[in-house]
Amino acid sequence: MSIDIDLKLMRQGFSLAVTTSLSGTGVTAIFGRSGAGKTSLLRCIAGLDQATGSVTVNGERWQNGSNFTPVHRRSLGYVFQQQNLFPHLSVQDNLLYGFKRVAQSGRTIPFDEAVALLGLEPFLKRMPQQLSGGQQQRVAIARALLTSPRLLLLDEPLSSLDTQSKEEILPYIERLNKSLGIPILYVSHSAMEVTRLADQMVLLDQGRISANGAINELLTNPALPLAYREDAAAILTGTVVAHDSKFHLSSVALPAGDIWVAHTKLPIGRQVRLQIFARDISLALSKPSQSSIQNLLQGTIVSLNDTNEPAQVLVQVDLAGQHCLSRITRRAASTLNLRPGLPVYLQVKSVAVMESER
Amino acid sequence: MSDWYSSADLTALWLSLKLATITVIALLIIAMPLAWWLAHTRWRLRPVIEAIVAMPLVLPPTVLGFYLLLFLGPRGWGGELMIAAGQPPLAFTFTGLVIGSMIYSLPFAIQPLQNAFQAIGKDVLEVAATLRASPVDRFLSVVLPLAQRGLLTATVLTFAHTLGEFGVLLMIGGNIPGRTQVASIAIYSHVEAMDYGAAHALSLTLLGLSFVLLCVVFTCNRRVRLIGPP
Repeated sequence: MSIDIDLKLMRQGFSLAVTTSLSGTGVTAIFGRSGAGKTSLLRCIAGLDQATGSVTVNGERWQNGSNFTPVHRRSLGYVFQQQNLFPHLSVQDNLLYGFKRVAQSGRTIPFDEAVALLGLEPFLKRMPQQLSGGQQQRVAIARALLTSPRLLLLDEPLSSLDTQSKEEILPYIERLNKSLGIPILYVSHSAMEVTRLADQMVLLDQGRISANGAINELLTNPALPLAYREDAAAILTGTVVAHDSKFHLSSVALPAGDIWVAHTKLPIGRQVRLQIFARDISLALSKPSQSSIQNLLQGTIVSLNDTNEPAQVLVQVDLAGQHCLSRITRRAASTLNLRPGLPVYLQVKSVAVMESER
Repeated sequence: MSDWYSSADLTALWLSLKLATITVIALLIIAMPLAWWLAHTRWRLRPVIEAIVAMPLVLPPTVLGFYLLLFLGPRGWGGELMIAAGQPPLAFTFTGLVIGSMIYSLPFAIQPLQNAFQAIGKDVLEVAATLRASPVDRFLSVVLPLAQRGLLTATVLTFAHTLGEFGVLLMIGGNIPGRTQVASIAIYSHVEAMDYGAAHALSLTLLGLSFVLLCVVFTCNRRVRLIGPP
């Protein structure tokens, strides 16, 4: 299962040249500054702009040499930055627009399911102008889903919305991939959205791919600029194993050990993403006891890296296969004689569960 | 009825309505793709094309009619072409009137359509394409419904403008009762013959008809401009 892309596009003052294989499952974030070519890449994959080269999506050839399948014959769903509902159609007719144009045998997502998934029951009879921006974008997502696409392309779907509407939509997008299993390419320049949603990540810079891999790898790779951001963080994947109602905590099992998080309503056995900021991890050589920091993991130092701040170093630590970052003072690193290969204890001051409870 | 109109006048009225109807249909078929192209092209010479389209707004109808007459007459290119095809030249025929009317009313069809198409933009069509709509499907299911006011405006304006046409028609069609004598030309003949009663009957009919048609346009489309930048 993969999305194989080999695309070249020349525009005045801009060129896109991307040759890569993206995961054909899960959510892949296409991340980069504005002007990096993220939207161009997505449009070329969809066929909205015609680049030269080839695109193959999970075995289905969309473009190869002079064979160019026009957009309307590609099994894709596309959600644009702006909401773009058809102003002359009710919400229901907007939803049915693509649905009606797909052969009955090709429909894998029932109408009612998409409506329920995005919580659109109350709006079906309304006209688009009567909805808020966030509600309109939910309709646009459901409308794209109802064509039963093999690939869902989301082009900064939250960027035109205010913070509250963003928070309102994120849980729906989280659920999309989990409940439907459609691969998603998600263009964003927001680190928050990427850490919430992405399983894999592609870094785009000036029309070229600068890195491509699992989210945990890319966020914690000291060779990439992401690791040096003020809000640098690792995304770790674990499973909910216990709830402690007395102290209002839940326990999440990571390969490197269990960790306490704020109480969550997520069921036991549920896979969750945890976000841990580099600034919230301190390192110790021996097991600290009687500390207020209750979350303690064991790992091995992979590398120490200089940062822009001469007083600080960035330590990359291996946690039984997953990586995380710790930002500590150069003095501490020197005093403890930290070096690659050294086993360390990680005291984790704060953990965020990146999963909505709905 | 027969007290009001002579049978020749009824024929003239009927010719006017027939001419206006055929002109509307033929012109919309040509104007829709042209207006679509004007609304979306980035060609540098677009203003030149727009100027050509708008020419009938400012030219004296007699100038337009004069050149059309030369063009469609037996010695013009158009006439020679018809003769080469074994047909009579189009000057002084009903078909000639239709061609003249279409050119004369072109801006009245193009401008409302171009405005409407520009307002739609390409985004919504891209959305439709990602929702599996073919180009023809997109035109029928998105462009036409969103441009319906522009379409109605273009239809009514072209119809009313053709009813009121005089100079072009007289030049190209002459004044042949039953063939090219439309209502506006019949009025002119009545006035020349000092038959003011008959002139009144036809004039009031055209006045009333034009007023009703314009009322329809302004009721449906509050932002219509008969002339001015698209």
